[in-house]
Amino acid sequence: MKKEIKILAPCGILGYGYPKSSFLKGMSYKPDAIVVDAGSTDAGPHKLGAGVAIVSEKACKKDLEIMITEGAKAGIPVIIGSAGGSGGRVHVEWTWNIIKEILKEQALQSQKVAIIWADIPKEVVKEKLHNGKVQPLGLSVKELTEERLKLTNGIVAQMGHEPIVNALESGADIIICGRAYDPSPFAAVAVYHGLPLSYGYHAGKILECAALCAVPGTTKDCMLGTITEEGFMITPLSDERICTPLSVAAHTFYEKDHPYILHGPGVTLNLKDCEFKQVDEKSVFVTGSRIEQSNPYCIKLEGAMKVAYRTFVVAGVRDSLMISQLEEIERLAEEQVRTYYSDIPEEDYTIHFINYGINGVMGELEPSKELPHEVGIVFEVIAKSQELADSVCGSLRSSLLHYGYIGRKSTAGNLAFPFAPSDISFGAVYEFSVYHLMEVEDSCQMFPIEYPDM
Amino acid sequence: MAECRLYDCAKVIRSKNSGPFEITLDVLFDDPVIYQKIKDSNMINKTTICYLYRLTEDKITQIVFYDKALGFKITFARKISSGTCYDTDVYGAQQHAPLSELIVTI
Repeated sequence: MKKEIKILAPCGILGYGYPKSSFLKGMSYKPDAIVVDAGSTDAGPHKLGAGVAIVSEKACKKDLEIMITEGAKAGIPVIIGSAGGSGGRVHVEWTWNIIKEILKEQALQSQKVAIIWADIPKEVVKEKLHNGKVQPLGLSVKELTEERLKLTNGIVAQMGHEPIVNALESGADIIICGRAYDPSPFAAVAVYHGLPLSYGYHAGKILECAALCAVPGTTKDCMLGTITEEGFMITPLSDERICTPLSVAAHTFYEKDHPYILHGPGVTLNLKDCEFKQVDEKSVFVTGSRIEQSNPYCIKLEGAMKVAYRTFVVAGVRDSLMISQLEEIERLAEEQVRTYYSDIPEEDYTIHFINYGINGVMGELEPSKELPHEVGIVFEVIAKSQELADSVCGSLRSSLLHYGYIGRKSTAGNLAFPFAPSDISFGAVYEFSVYHLMEVEDSCQMFPIEYPDM
Repeated sequence: MAECRLYDCAKVIRSKNSGPFEITLDVLFDDPVIYQKIKDSNMINKTTICYLYRLTEDKITQIVFYDKALGFKITFARKISSGTCYDTDVYGAQQHAPLSELIVTI
């Protein structure tokens, strides 16, 4: 058992990039593992639903190349959490293909690779749902009916540290995790080396965002975590950044519902009584993180379904009279379209205007009532099919462009289009149809490990 | 005693998704005195947040002060989940404006 371990976290999301100099400085500390989180639901349900990655293949490969070659040179494992962003089968395969290319190019085919899948079969969810073992995670999560489950493209679940520890124990050099709770791959390294789970998870919560908790903060620079029996230390690896007790303490606020209680697979982390101490000019040592095992063990499910198709237009308005009655003009243009397409059932499509400069971001919550000198309008038609969205949006665009509102002086046209063509046939719109907690008997059962051959 | 916009006396004031179904607002200070005054004023409560964000109280899941970080957090349920039809802020990253305009006494 080691007294302390070091984990190098290159960047906040695999593919966001990091300075090679920071990374090499991290390697000079002789870390025990390189761990990077690749996942996020931030960009909405589309990535999971449509099966696409959140970064480009080029960016992912660029980041991985250094990690894999340096990891192999040092003989330490490289762990990727939530491969491909959403961590579903297609996202993991996408990542695995990139890694295969790197291993081939760098003549590193002897590296042992582990893939931990995180796809949950719908039949399992259906049965658990039937037995009351699936609960929505949030007040606005819609009920998971059998119909919505059927329409969902695929379901993933966030794994805890346990399956990753198993892969480490098997001697894997590269571990590609499907969907994982962001701190899990970091916690796994701590647990594998016999160090406390509490410090593994708390350090992981910080390290998964790399240098974001430093001053100045960024996800695009490296961070070193040193985990011991007594606590853990966070050290930025660029001379431009420092960590302070406040910057590290404040990080647990980030994108979580509670500032110091964090729920993960099978665990609840309580950071209320943590102490944060400056140990040198840039490092902070953290003690007092507490963790409780949850019973029953629950995993978070995520799934997305297609709900509609969209076509939209971006346009500018610079006429002051039009701006002063914009919402009314938009309403009348919509009315004109609905009259024209009276043969199409009303519920088959909806029209939505976003008026940037007036209340595009906040909508009805906008506190400011001032009118600007110009407005950017994004108008969209959301319909049952792409063809219908295209047709209605075309009609809406021409109606709004030529609408003869009261007192109009700019009689040649109402909209300034920045692009030709003006109408963007966007494709499918998705929705998170599954965002639920599911009880499981065992932390590893839903996350099978495969050791593929090159 | 002086009045100021929360935006002007906070070091960090931000919003972000806490998962696709919630928005979380973080307000962090660098001055413990200002933090304590705002905490003690009890102005950051469900009534204020419901007014600013046109919510009913049952939609607010957390209002928590964390002394160690000199900050407080407010979490509430989204009306529309992230990235689906009619959402206008997929990351939830620009929802802090109504809170920013709140006038506080420090």
